[in-house]
Amino acid sequence: MIGSNPTEQSRVIAICLLAGKIMLQSGGETYRVEDTMKRMAAALGLPHSHSYVVPTGIFFSVDATEPAKLIRISERTTDLDKVSEVNSVSRRIGQGELSAQEAHDLLVQIEGKSSSYSTAVQLAAAALSSGCFTIMFGGGWSDFLPALICGGIGYAAVIAFHRLVRVKFFAELTASFVIGILAFLLIYMGVGHERDKIIIGSVMPLVPGLLITNAVRDLMAGHLVSGLSKGAEAFLTAFAIGTGIAVVFSLFT
Amino acid sequence: MLHFIEQALTSFVASAAFGIIFNAPRRMLLHGGFVGMIGWIIYIVLEYAADAVPATLAATIAVGVISQAFARMFRAPVIIFSVAGIIPLVPGGLAYNAMRSFVQNDYSAAMEMAAKALMLSGAIAVGLVLSEVLNQMIRRIPASIRTRSSLK
Repeated sequence: MIGSNPTEQSRVIAICLLAGKIMLQSGGETYRVEDTMKRMAAALGLPHSHSYVVPTGIFFSVDATEPAKLIRISERTTDLDKVSEVNSVSRRIGQGELSAQEAHDLLVQIEGKSSSYSTAVQLAAAALSSGCFTIMFGGGWSDFLPALICGGIGYAAVIAFHRLVRVKFFAELTASFVIGILAFLLIYMGVGHERDKIIIGSVMPLVPGLLITNAVRDLMAGHLVSGLSKGAEAFLTAFAIGTGIAVVFSLFT
Repeated sequence: MLHFIEQALTSFVASAAFGIIFNAPRRMLLHGGFVGMIGWIIYIVLEYAADAVPATLAATIAVGVISQAFARMFRAPVIIFSVAGIIPLVPGGLAYNAMRSFVQNDYSAAMEMAAKALMLSGAIAVGLVLSEVLNQMIRRIPASIRTRSSLK
C-alpha cells in the first residue's frame, strides 16, 4: 500500500496539490477541486484525505499525524481546457490506467500548456461575440459593425492594460472606458444607431458571467467562504465596468 | 420567423466565441454554442408570453440539464457547457442601464432596474441548482431500483 511509505505518501500529496492548483487557477469550482483531490488521493492509496479549498489557497491533509500542506493561489484566469485535462487525468487514475509517476508527468505538462488559441483568435472571438450580443439584445444590423470594433478593441485593451499594471480592477475599468469612448465616437461619426446596445454588446466579453455562476454554485453547495469571496470578485469586476462606462457618460452628457 | 433564425444564429456564434475566450477544448466549441442557442431561444420565446424572471429560470434549467447530459456523454466537466449557456442570460443590459440611470441622477429608475437585475441573477442561480438536483435524482433512482432488485 502506497500510503504506508512516507516518500510515496509525500509524492501523492504533491500530485494532488498540483492537480488542485491547476484546476483552481483555471477557474474550476472549489467544490469540484476538493472532490477531485480527494478522489485522486484515494485512488493512489490515501483514502482518508481532507481537502479545504478557497479561491485564494488550498489546504490538504492526509491523516491526523502529518501536518497539512498549503498552497497559495494569487492569479486566477479562465482556462476550461486545463480544467477538462486535469479532470480526465483524475478519471484515468481512478480507473487505474495511470501510475503516480505518469500522472505527475502529465500534470506538469498540463500546467505548462499555453492557450490553444492565439491572442489574435481570442480577440476575433471577443469582437464577434460582441457583435452577436448587440443583435441578441435588440440592436439592429447597423449596430453590428460598431459593436464588433468596440468589443474587439475593448478586449485588446483589457489584455494590454492587465499586462501593463497587473491590477485587474484598473484594467477592466480602463477597458470599459475605452469601449464607452469608442461607442460615442462611432455614433458621432454616423456609424451605428443605438449607443446603448453597442455598449452592452461590447462589454459582454468583460462581464464576469463565469464568476457569478461559480459563486452561486459554491454557495449552494455549502462552500460559503468560497462563494462569498468569488461573489466579491465578480462584484468588483461589474463595478469596474460600470464605473468606466459611467465616467464616459458623465463626460459627454 | 426571420427574427428567430437571426437570434438563433447570433446566440450560437456568441456562445461558441465565448468558448474560445475561456479557452474551452476545441472539440467542445460547437456543443457550447448549441447549449447557448437552446437557452437563448427558450428565453426569448417565454419572454414574449410571460416575464423575464420565469423565462430566465426555465432557460437556465434547460441549460443545466443539457450541460449535465453533455458532461456525461463527452466525459468533460459540466462547467465547459453551462458557462456558454449562462452567459447570454446574465442581465448585463439591465445592470448597465441601472448604472447609467444612477449616473444621470435618476435614482428611482436605477433602483428598479438594479432590483430586477438581482432577481434575474437569482433566477439563474435557482435554475442551475434545480437542474443539478434533478440530475442527481435521475441518477439516484435507477441505482436504488438496481440495488433493490439485486437484494431479491
